[in-house]
Amino acid sequence: MLELQHISYSAETDGVEKRILDDISLTIDERFVAITGPNGSGKSTLAKVIAGILRPQEGRILLDGTDITELSVTERAKSGISFAFQQPVRFKGITVKDLISIAAGKKISVKDACSYLSEVGLCARDYIDREINASLSGGELKRIEIATMLARSTRLTVFDEPEAGIDLWSFQSLISVFEKMNSLTGGNIVIITHQERILSIADRIVVISGGKVEREGTREEILPGLLGASVCRMLTDKMEG
Amino acid sequence: MNEIEKMLLMQIADLHKVPDGAYNIRKDGDGDGRRSTPHIRIENRTDGKSGIDIFVSSQTQNESVHIPVVITKSDYREKVYNDFYVEAGADVLIIAGCGIHNCGAQTSEHSGVHTFHVGKSARVRYVEKHYGEGDGRGGNIMNPDTVIYLEEGASMLMETTQIKGIDSTMRTTKAIVAAGADLVVKEKIYTHGTQFAGTDFTVELNGEGAGADVVSRSVAADHSKQKFASRIIGNAACNGHTECDAIIMDEAQVVAVPELTANSVDAQLIHEAAIGKIAGEQITKLMTLGLTESEAEEQIIRGFLN
Repeated sequence: MLELQHISYSAETDGVEKRILDDISLTIDERFVAITGPNGSGKSTLAKVIAGILRPQEGRILLDGTDITELSVTERAKSGISFAFQQPVRFKGITVKDLISIAAGKKISVKDACSYLSEVGLCARDYIDREINASLSGGELKRIEIATMLARSTRLTVFDEPEAGIDLWSFQSLISVFEKMNSLTGGNIVIITHQERILSIADRIVVISGGKVEREGTREEILPGLLGASVCRMLTDKMEG
Repeated sequence: MNEIEKMLLMQIADLHKVPDGAYNIRKDGDGDGRRSTPHIRIENRTDGKSGIDIFVSSQTQNESVHIPVVITKSDYREKVYNDFYVEAGADVLIIAGCGIHNCGAQTSEHSGVHTFHVGKSARVRYVEKHYGEGDGRGGNIMNPDTVIYLEEGASMLMETTQIKGIDSTMRTTKAIVAAGADLVVKEKIYTHGTQFAGTDFTVELNGEGAGADVVSRSVAADHSKQKFASRIIGNAACNGHTECDAIIMDEAQVVAVPELTANSVDAQLIHEAAIGKIAGEQITKLMTLGLTESEAEEQIIRGFLN
C-alpha cells in the first residue's frame, strides 16, 4: 500500500516558480490504479516523486506504513518500488539481457530473459543480445522497459504512459502483463494513462488536474464521467494523435 | 614462469597455459617459448633488429598465433619489430599484447612495430591488449605502431584494448587498402589518473570497393587526457567511416580530430565524433533498478567499453 500525504512539488521554469503538485493526498491499495488527466497536469511529476527521482518540498510518502520520503532512488528501488519511464533510456553497449539481469538483481539465464521478452511480444532470440541503443525503435524500447518491470516484480510498480508507442502490440497483451505481474507480486500497479481500455480495467481511477486530485473513485464512478465530459475530447485527441 | 608473469599473460592474451597453435612469448627482451606449426612459421629477424617474422601460409584456415610480450623489470626499455606475412587465402587469428608489471621507481617502456602484409583475399583478425600494473612509482609506457598492407579482397579486423594501467601511450596505425579489401578497427581505451593515450590512424583507400571502418570508444576519467586523430583518404570509389565516441568524466580532457580527404568523386567518407559525460537519465534509470550511483556509472562504462 502506498500513501501520499499532502504532497506538494514546485519547480522553477524560466525564473518563475511553478507549483506542479499541490497538496496531493492519495492511498493506493488496489491492484490497478490509473492516474489520468490533461497533459501538464502533474501526472508524470507525481510518478517521479513516488520513484524518488524528484523530491517534494512538502508531504510524506509511506510504503506499507514505512515512511520512505527521505529514501534515495536506489533505496526506494530496493524497498520494492519499480518505475517504467515514459521515454525509456538508451545505453550504448548494454544489451537487453544485461538490462533484464540488472532489473532482476541477478544474472539470469537466456531462458528467463526470453520468457520476459515473450510476455511483451518480442521474439526473444532476436533481442537478447541487442544493445539498447538507437537501433531499437521507440516501441521496442517501451516493451523492453515493461519486460524489466516483469523481471523486477516488486510490490509497487509505476508505469508512466505504457501505451505510448506500442501500436503494433495489442492493449490486451499489455493488460495481460499487468495481470501477470499482479499475480506474481500481489502488489499494487499504478498506471499513468490516457487510454480508455487501460482505464476500463482499473480498480480505481484518479483524475489529476492542475496539480490537484480533481476526482477519484472506482472505475464505475469515474469512467462514465470521464468519457462523457470534456476530458473525453482530450483522451480522444490523445488516441488519435 | 612465475605468478606475476602468468597473471600478465592472462590479462593480455587470456592465456592460462601454453597456447594451442603457434606462439612466441617474449619476456623482458628474451624469448620464453616458441612454437611453429606446419602452416605458421615463426623465425628470428635477419636484419639485426629485435623481433620476429611470422609467415602464415595460404593453407592456414582458422588457426591462431599468440605473440604476447611480458615485462616485469623496472627501468627497462625496448623496441621490437614483428612482421607478419599472410599469404593469399589464409584465415588467421593473431593475438598480440603487452603486459607490464613495474614495481620499481623507474619507467618501463615497450615500443612495438607490427607490420602486416596481407595477401589477396586473406582474412586476419588481430587482437591486441595492453595492460599495465605495478606497486612502485615507475611509469608504464607503450607505443605500438601498426602498419597494414591489404591486397585485393583481403580483410582485417583489428581490435585494440587498453583498460587502465598504462601511463602513456601513443599508438600509430597506418593502412594501405587495395581494391575490394576491407579494414575494420575497433579501439577501446580507458584512461584514469594522469594517464595520456593518443591514437593516430591514417587509412588510404586506394582501389575500387576498398573499405575502412575505424571506431574508437573511450572513457577518460580523473585528470587523464586522450587524443584521437583519424585520417581517411579516399583515392577511388570506396567507403570510409571513422567514429570517435568518448565519455568524459571528472577533470579529464578528450580531443577528437577526424579528417577526411576525398581524391575521387566516388569516394564516400563519413566521420562522426561525440564526446560527452554520462547522461544523468542513464544513471537515474539504473538507480530505479536498484543500483547505487557508483554501480550505475560502473555498469554504463563497462557496457560502453564492452
